[in-house]
Amino acid sequence: MTLLKRIAPQLIALVALIALVSIVFPGFLSVQFIDGRLVGPVIDVVKRGAPVALLAVGMTLVIATRGIDLSVGTIMAICGAVAAAALAGGWGMAPALAAGMLTGAAAGLWNGVLVTVIGIQPFVATLILMTMGRGIAQLITEGRILTFTDPGFAWFGSGTLLGLPVPAWLWLLTGAGVALLMRRTALGLLIESIGINRRASALAGVNATVLLIAVYMASGLCAALAGIVVTADIRGADANNAGLWLELDAILAVVIGGNSLLGGRFSIIASLIGAMIIQTIDTGILLAGFPSEYNLVIKAGLVLVILVLQSPRIAAEWRLWRDSHRVDREARLEGKAR
Amino acid sequence: MLLSIRSLTKTFPGTLALDGVDFDLRAGEVHALLGENGAGKSTLIKCLTGAYRRDGGTVALEGAQIDPRSTVEAQDLGIGTVYQEVNLLPNLTVAQNLMFGREPRRFGLIDARATRSEARAMLRQYGLDLDVDRDLGSYSVAIQQIIAIARAVALSGKVLILDEPTASLDAAEVQMVFDVVRGLRDRGLGIVFVSHFLDQVFDLTDRVTVLRNGRRITTLDTADLDRVQLIEHMLGRALEDAVGDAAADGAGSVRPELLSFQGFGRRGVIEPFDLSVGQGEVVGLAGLLGSGRTETAELMFGVRPAQTGKAHDANGQLDLSNPRAAIAQGFGFAPEDRKTDGIVPDLSIRENIILGLQAQRGWARPIPRAEQNRLADDYIRRLDIRTSGREKPIGELSGGNQQKAVLARWLAMNPRFLILDEPTRGIDVGAHAEILRLIRELTDAGMSVLVISSEIDELVAVADRVIVVRDRRHVAELKGTRLGGDEIMRAIADSGEVA
Amino acid sequence: MNTRALPLYATIAIFLIAYLLCWLQFPNILSTRVIGNLLTDNAYLGIVAVGMTLVILSGGIDLSVGSVIAFSGVFIAVMLRDTGLHPLVVFAILLAITTAFGAAMGFLIDRLAMPAFIVTLAGMFLARGAAYMLSIDSVPIQHPFFKTLQSAYYLMPGKGRLTLIGVLMILTVVAGMIIAHRTRFGLSVYALGGGEQTARLMGVRQGRTTMLVYGFSGLMAGLSGIVFSVYTGSGYSLATVGTELTAIAAVVIGGTLLSGGAGYMFGTLVGVLTMGLIQTYIVFDGSLSSWWTKIVIGILLLVFILLQKGLLKLSRTRLA
Repeated sequence: MTLLKRIAPQLIALVALIALVSIVFPGFLSVQFIDGRLVGPVIDVVKRGAPVALLAVGMTLVIATRGIDLSVGTIMAICGAVAAAALAGGWGMAPALAAGMLTGAAAGLWNGVLVTVIGIQPFVATLILMTMGRGIAQLITEGRILTFTDPGFAWFGSGTLLGLPVPAWLWLLTGAGVALLMRRTALGLLIESIGINRRASALAGVNATVLLIAVYMASGLCAALAGIVVTADIRGADANNAGLWLELDAILAVVIGGNSLLGGRFSIIASLIGAMIIQTIDTGILLAGFPSEYNLVIKAGLVLVILVLQSPRIAAEWRLWRDSHRVDREARLEGKAR
Repeated sequence: MLLSIRSLTKTFPGTLALDGVDFDLRAGEVHALLGENGAGKSTLIKCLTGAYRRDGGTVALEGAQIDPRSTVEAQDLGIGTVYQEVNLLPNLTVAQNLMFGREPRRFGLIDARATRSEARAMLRQYGLDLDVDRDLGSYSVAIQQIIAIARAVALSGKVLILDEPTASLDAAEVQMVFDVVRGLRDRGLGIVFVSHFLDQVFDLTDRVTVLRNGRRITTLDTADLDRVQLIEHMLGRALEDAVGDAAADGAGSVRPELLSFQGFGRRGVIEPFDLSVGQGEVVGLAGLLGSGRTETAELMFGVRPAQTGKAHDANGQLDLSNPRAAIAQGFGFAPEDRKTDGIVPDLSIRENIILGLQAQRGWARPIPRAEQNRLADDYIRRLDIRTSGREKPIGELSGGNQQKAVLARWLAMNPRFLILDEPTRGIDVGAHAEILRLIRELTDAGMSVLVISSEIDELVAVADRVIVVRDRRHVAELKGTRLGGDEIMRAIADSGEVA
Repeated sequence: MNTRALPLYATIAIFLIAYLLCWLQFPNILSTRVIGNLLTDNAYLGIVAVGMTLVILSGGIDLSVGSVIAFSGVFIAVMLRDTGLHPLVVFAILLAITTAFGAAMGFLIDRLAMPAFIVTLAGMFLARGAAYMLSIDSVPIQHPFFKTLQSAYYLMPGKGRLTLIGVLMILTVVAGMIIAHRTRFGLSVYALGGGEQTARLMGVRQGRTTMLVYGFSGLMAGLSGIVFSVYTGSGYSLATVGTELTAIAAVVIGGTLLSGGAGYMFGTLVGVLTMGLIQTYIVFDGSLSSWWTKIVIGILLLVFILLQKGLLKLSRTRLA
């Protein structure tokens, strides 16, 4: 019940958006069952939204600790390159997957250590990897688009399982798994508590350092998974374009999900809906026949609206205004009572 | 009269911070403003410097009514302020700091040479000859304070407010700053001096005004004042009326030792001390603000790890290098500043209460929700936390109720040694007695408690033994028949050697 | 010696040593021709980095500049294609737009009290989107005035070309130095970076200063866009992706503290030239691939951030 209340704004926004797109493009909601696969624009949204949705899962946790991870897009490129290079080197599917995931974990560890042990602000610390990450990815692919033919690996990008595209399964399962992990254990509470007041939490015995490193590693792992999906989908690692701009979409998904950039309370489900809202806009604009360049402007507008809603200063002024009105009203009521 | 304040009043939601305070400042005097935390000193100062707007009363400077709306406006009127934390920019040079906002210019550009020479001339008035091109941050705090004073005087020039300017200085540096202040007094400035170091108050000031609970208690000439009297005014307790309420029950009995600290200390924070704590004992820690009482607790709990000494229990040496280690040893610490160190504002009361216990159990073993609810409801009832429910964010509670919830967090963990720093501050009278009773209950059940408080009667009532802290040293230990309000106060006041 | 200047000395030393090493391997690198090209090729980066330096000094960040440069190029190209306005008039309109755009972001940062990087992130989307809306394709600029601009250079001894845009970059850096170090506004910027609350207590008008800082950054981004359009002779909405990162890296490698309050405008010039040198070396070498540029820049960025962190710790322990 409380969950429903928490995600209601995002759900309403998504439904309204779908309605809007359906008006412009009536076939939007139509789904057909062809060759054991579900086909339709909505399925397309769910599949194409996978990378951002996966990134949003990790980003939600990082933002809950009052941090940010700008490097996820480049981590995608690196992990995709590593996996593709492993396949090209004849490692086989499972080792290639493991290599990609391990690389993501290592990248997250690097970020986490810079943030906690060295004490660099998260935005600066992750900027370092963001700057050099594409270079590293290009180093691995030697500047080419590193292609492979392993059908097992490609299944992660373009395969189908029980009618749904595999990427959709991946983000659904990751999201549900992490959300359950957060709420069925005490991790969620502890992460929120260090995001709200790290000092008080540390004094109460919460191991903030280890938790923070773990959160950045989780973000790295999610990015690795997203990188594998993208690489598998095009059957090749593109160091230049894999994950380009996606860190921004991931941050946007998290804030659309109503999670505060100032840390604290978070909802992974809401972030996932946020990711779907972004993908629906992307796809909707395309389907409606608008040029895709409207996309960025709409996203900018969204960010602005959300910033105004989240601003502590605006909130304080609104509270002041509301309280002064309430006092006035109560004074009037008291006057009447007398 | 240079500055004349009449019945100044300032309220914040839920508290009356200043309640009709009168205050006078003459030209050419240093006037000390004294009081414990929450007495209203800083509110009074902020009303003068324009950081707060007063709700009632009048302020007259040289006979004219003033009502500054910002620090800049107060400065222009003639009221300058120097704070404990140097309020200059360490990343700018000395000259840039001194001349900030009024740099000499040529053709619209800052004339660096003239800025330097003017800054040098300003400092020369204070007997300082510095390289004004160096970053302010590269100089000692004492020099920075003198530079801050020089800037404040140059900008305002009538009233100088010194808000604990000596808190982080050593004795020689304090004298250096005092020489500067005396020179300004002789030039006819009115100086308000806030400090909790009584020696410095006696050394420097001409008159003393004591505030307590937002009211002015008294104003006296420093020359006519003795220490015990002054502390009486600050802590609000007359010497004569308090004999015989010593905790007689614990007086003679010897308790088995739970913990002992030997040579525990940290440079510049607290001198090495020895302390042993008995099973089920309440040890009180008395002393004025800034004496080293909170620092003692921080060392014990590993907030700031001790550099010297060891801690033992019956089984051997204890690792107290950080809060988690201390918690693992069965320690608990409810800090004084609950806003920054205690509560996690957006989390609910329930979550705040179980946070410590949960951290101790580890993330993989969550406390079942039913158990959480039971714990929260139990403590809300036992500690009488006033709330509409356990799911309310703790930030929305009043200060006293927040304090109780933080206390509940530690009680839920059932430590063997609990440190309470000012557990009753900001709590109403009824709850006050409740907490003291609770401490007794806990110790009867075998817990050992260290209580830090500036309320002497409270310590006498609850503690078996009181350690007095002064000037970052443990100076006296009072127990049995020697444990009484008078004795504590004398030990705090004593300027001589160890009592 | 001021520890504050240490990163600047380190920057200059690294640049000189790197140049020396390059020269030992390729003596040609010390010709006026290479130096002239170094200035010309990095002119747009140097100009935008001047604006970024001021923003970072104030304790902020501006992620929108890369998009603004791209927008500027497309705007100029489209205006010259579709209207009969003289390029100088178009430049004036453009600079007014980008300055207002920057100032508006500054206003929002101050009013909303939100982190600068997220507000300028929205600005980044907006500017890039606006560029897309003007034109997706690369628009060539054929105005004769552009030919004049492109062919304006002074032939240095040794056949090196000191181009107009190279000179413009140097002039911009000098102007930046004067603004940062010799005006009350510049000092207010340092004050904000040193501590907002203290700066307010000392009389800095925070809202106004913030607006001016981001407005200045917008102006520089616009100017950089003009230079870039002269340099490439076209406007393309997908150009200069990630230039904001390069500019930030140049500023930090130039010795400016990323958390604000300390640094020198001159260091930024050295930072830009260092990055240009890396690229030049890779071109000279021929066997090295271009991605090494990014990796080396990333490593330099890390080294300087760690160096500054270490210096900060050092000065703290020395005082304590």
